[in-house]
Amino acid sequence: MRRLSLTLPAILLTAPAVAADLNVTVQIPQLNVAEYHRPYAAVWVEREDHSVATQLAVWYAQKESKEGAGTKWLPELRQWWRRGGRELELPVDGVSGATRPAGDQKLSFHEGKAPLGQLAPGKYELVVEAAREVGGREVVRVPFTWPANAPQQVTAQGSSELGAVKLDLAP
Amino acid sequence: MMKHSWKWGVLALALALPMGAQAHKMWLVPSATNVSGADPWVTVDAAVSNDLFYPDHMPVALDRVAITAPDGQTAKAENAVTGQYRSVFDVHLTQPGTYKIAAVNGGLFASYEADGQKKRWRGDAAELAKAIPAHAKNVEVSESINRVETFVTNGKPSDGALKPGGKGLELVPVTRVTDLAAGEAATFQLLRDGKPAPGLKVMAIAGETRYRNAQEEIDATTDKDGKFSFTWPHAGMYWVSASTQDDKSSIKPAKLRRLSYAATLEVLPQ
Repeated sequence: MRRLSLTLPAILLTAPAVAADLNVTVQIPQLNVAEYHRPYAAVWVEREDHSVATQLAVWYAQKESKEGAGTKWLPELRQWWRRGGRELELPVDGVSGATRPAGDQKLSFHEGKAPLGQLAPGKYELVVEAAREVGGREVVRVPFTWPANAPQQVTAQGSSELGAVKLDLAP
Repeated sequence: MMKHSWKWGVLALALALPMGAQAHKMWLVPSATNVSGADPWVTVDAAVSNDLFYPDHMPVALDRVAITAPDGQTAKAENAVTGQYRSVFDVHLTQPGTYKIAAVNGGLFASYEADGQKKRWRGDAAELAKAIPAHAKNVEVSESINRVETFVTNGKPSDGALKPGGKGLELVPVTRVTDLAAGEAATFQLLRDGKPAPGLKVMAIAGETRYRNAQEEIDATTDKDGKFSFTWPHAGMYWVSASTQDDKSSIKPAKLRRLSYAATLEVLPQ
């Protein structure tokens, strides 16, 4: 009887009917610089060995515009590029997007649905990288364990090209 | 008195340094090692200098430049020009994958005595017989094979351009050669005539030597499989080189064979 009561919640957690959510807030700081361009940014999930578990978002100038030209500058997202960005055929549905302005950019992902898909239980890092034309580059890493047993918020703070990165996990 | 002893101290230090630390360095430096987009190009500087990577001595001869595309075919150096101190050319990366950009120098060197004078000659095997008079004495001939390379990847890396040719010293990347990052170890294999070259000293020097008081050379020695590793202390363009000599010249009168290899590798920040 005691054994049953212990295993029951675990069964509920892994059941597909209970879809876990992963919500990300990426703060793009307002920068007072002479020449401002919106940052290129990528959001992905890494396993402990730094292999990519899933690509969540990449924001870049998708057309020739004053913000830059298409995919030419994507290797400037250096870690993202070497960790799998260069493997992608861009644009990717639900992953690629236009560059975003300063402010809190909210993203929601649902287990079992693209681009998050199924994430095996384990330890991960949410990685956010931003690179700005004639600006800097920054990588912020947020470690987390999947799935969460209870609603949980993990945050990390950027210092230049990124502000706070918040990760909200829902069981 | 102080000035005098300082001057001699410098001279003694200079004499104590290994030859490699003072020899001119030949290099190719690409404007980028990772490119993307619809129509990527890089521009390459090619020169011989003391400092890395400041052209101040002589340009690399453009007829020595060989570019291998990811499919193994030869690609053309575009918009090439040779100036006083450097050569410059562009590479149009029309294929996805890793390109190898090389400058291969080699030839024969001879020294001999004729008509009571010491003479020196350099050229290729076909010219050797008529270059040295029949009555020359103390003829010494040596062969050299020098290979200088750099690598650029368009999109996803590939191995098609990295196949060794089997002659002289060559580098085979174990770690992706355009995928190097500060603080991470990178492993390579050194080949001599296509076979693993064990026990060779390899050194790496980061560029911008002009703004440092020391070369800050980092060293490694190849293991029994010819493999060696470097953990890059910081980001930058590094010049990695090795040299050796042997008696395995394929050109008959040459007893001594000098072999050297150098590559310019970009290490990116984390």
